[in-house]
Amino acid sequence: MRERSLTARSVVLHVVVILGALVMLFPFVWAVVTSISPGSGLSATPRLVPADPSLAAYAQLFGELPFARVVLNSLGLAVASTLAQVVTSAMAAYAFSRLPFRGSGVVFALYLVTMMIPFQVLIVPLFVEMKWLGLIDTYWGALLPSLASGFGVFLLRQAVNQVPRELDEAATIDGAGHLRIFARIVVPNIRPALATLTVFGFMASWNAFLWPLIILRSPELQTLPVALQTLQGQYTTQWDVVMAGSVISILPMLALYIVAQKYVVQGVASSGLK
Amino acid sequence: MSTPTAARTPADAAARPNAAPRRRAARSGRPTRVGWVLFFLLPSAVPLLAFSIGPMVGAAWISLHEWNLLSPMRWVGLDNFADLLADPATRNAFGNTVAYIVGYLPLVYVGGLALALALNARLRGRSLLRGIYFLPVVTSWIVVALVWRWLLNPSVGVVNWALGLVGIDGPGWWTDPAWAMPSIVLASAWKDLGFVMVILLAGLQAIPTELIEAARVDGAGWWRRLWSIVLPLLSPSTFFVVVISLINGFQVFDQVYAMTSGGPDNATETVVLRVHALAFRYGEAGNAAALSWLLFAVILAVTVIQVRGQRRWVTYA
Repeated sequence: MRERSLTARSVVLHVVVILGALVMLFPFVWAVVTSISPGSGLSATPRLVPADPSLAAYAQLFGELPFARVVLNSLGLAVASTLAQVVTSAMAAYAFSRLPFRGSGVVFALYLVTMMIPFQVLIVPLFVEMKWLGLIDTYWGALLPSLASGFGVFLLRQAVNQVPRELDEAATIDGAGHLRIFARIVVPNIRPALATLTVFGFMASWNAFLWPLIILRSPELQTLPVALQTLQGQYTTQWDVVMAGSVISILPMLALYIVAQKYVVQGVASSGLK
Repeated sequence: MSTPTAARTPADAAARPNAAPRRRAARSGRPTRVGWVLFFLLPSAVPLLAFSIGPMVGAAWISLHEWNLLSPMRWVGLDNFADLLADPATRNAFGNTVAYIVGYLPLVYVGGLALALALNARLRGRSLLRGIYFLPVVTSWIVVALVWRWLLNPSVGVVNWALGLVGIDGPGWWTDPAWAMPSIVLASAWKDLGFVMVILLAGLQAIPTELIEAARVDGAGWWRRLWSIVLPLLSPSTFFVVVISLINGFQVFDQVYAMTSGGPDNATETVVLRVHALAFRYGEAGNAAALSWLLFAVILAVTVIQVRGQRRWVTYA
């Protein structure tokens, strides 16, 4: 009897959890369905299985708007900022772990402080700073604030600390300097942490909204989230076009998630930032 | 004690006598230790100083001035703060932000806990299910907001269509001042459920199974085990979720901006939306900087109170 009641309970649990997963997935499915149902949002609710599916919305997106350019903008900024963050963070992590200097504790604390500064406190002075530098409405203006990451340094320092020091010492005896120890010993030994930071950095940049919204004004310089928001303003009733843009914006993250699920989850969970 | 320590490794023993030759080495063109520290640290230190710490101080300076970003700044001392505290719009913004948090936090916590408990049990396709629940977390807030704006469209949205099937006349959602914030809360909870689930799952997996087994043997039922063993041992994870959710909740911006832009009738204007509007719509940079510092102070105070108060309810096994 105990067996049977356990089984019944397990069946109920399965059903509830699977139904819940379908509810979670539904908004994504609905976005795809809407994007291939021409004329969505004009008069009636689209059908789950469109009677007359069409890729017209996608054609319109890439034909009438500089949407390909927008996708490239997002991609370029995400790749550049992620690369920069990984390099600068790994270097700083090496310094904090292997080159202790007087006051390094205080300097590291300052790095941690930058993690806690809420971004909205920075928007006004950053905007002013970029104006001085003549970088309003330029890629550099969008990129510069994300060249380094306090969180990245924190994450990688933990990893570098776990690389056995005996490896450095052996290399030193063989005549290796800091540059070679960093590149040949430390970096290959912290790959999982580097992967976590890469995914985290890419996601943060790909999904960023507030700063690109403020700094990038020209339509041809905009990133995906900002362009989507603009699109909504222009095509208030053309939900097929707006959803097509949303679907395109989700795809790269979805691919990254499928390929590197472990690192995505770690990146999000360890930082608490979304 | 100092003698054996100093001579422990050849590197240490050589460190002090080496100081003079190293300086000589610098003159001959090879980097010193200081040189190496600077080489590894500056690529991150310069951007953080220029685009994070510097602007943070800059914001404090701007907050003490009246400034429209164009004409010269005029010193006004703490007047901006006094003006903000007297302004009903400030109260409205903080009220809306708190309303968001009060709706959002219980929803994601209870939902995330239920999911973590369910997906910690032995289930077929467990990792696929976890993957699906986590999927919205990697989606951008703007896409989440747009998709939900469409789902909750008052006239042709699928939610009101479904409600119509069971004879319910759905509300105006984001077009109705009373329903706009609940719409935002719903979309946000959908997105963050998977995040809370992952944090709590990690916490659940750290609970020793012997403890739960022992309680079962002693005759404790499921609810009793949850209340007396699982929840207390999960409290560090709960603490993390609450602290992070409050920090992020006070800074809520993207999804609100994309779903309602603060409307209808300012019913969803949160603090960061107000900062953005003050700076870039009304040209009041001083007030915007002051409000952002005020918000930072609130976040800091709330976080410190929680860290102080954790002794009362957080159990570290």
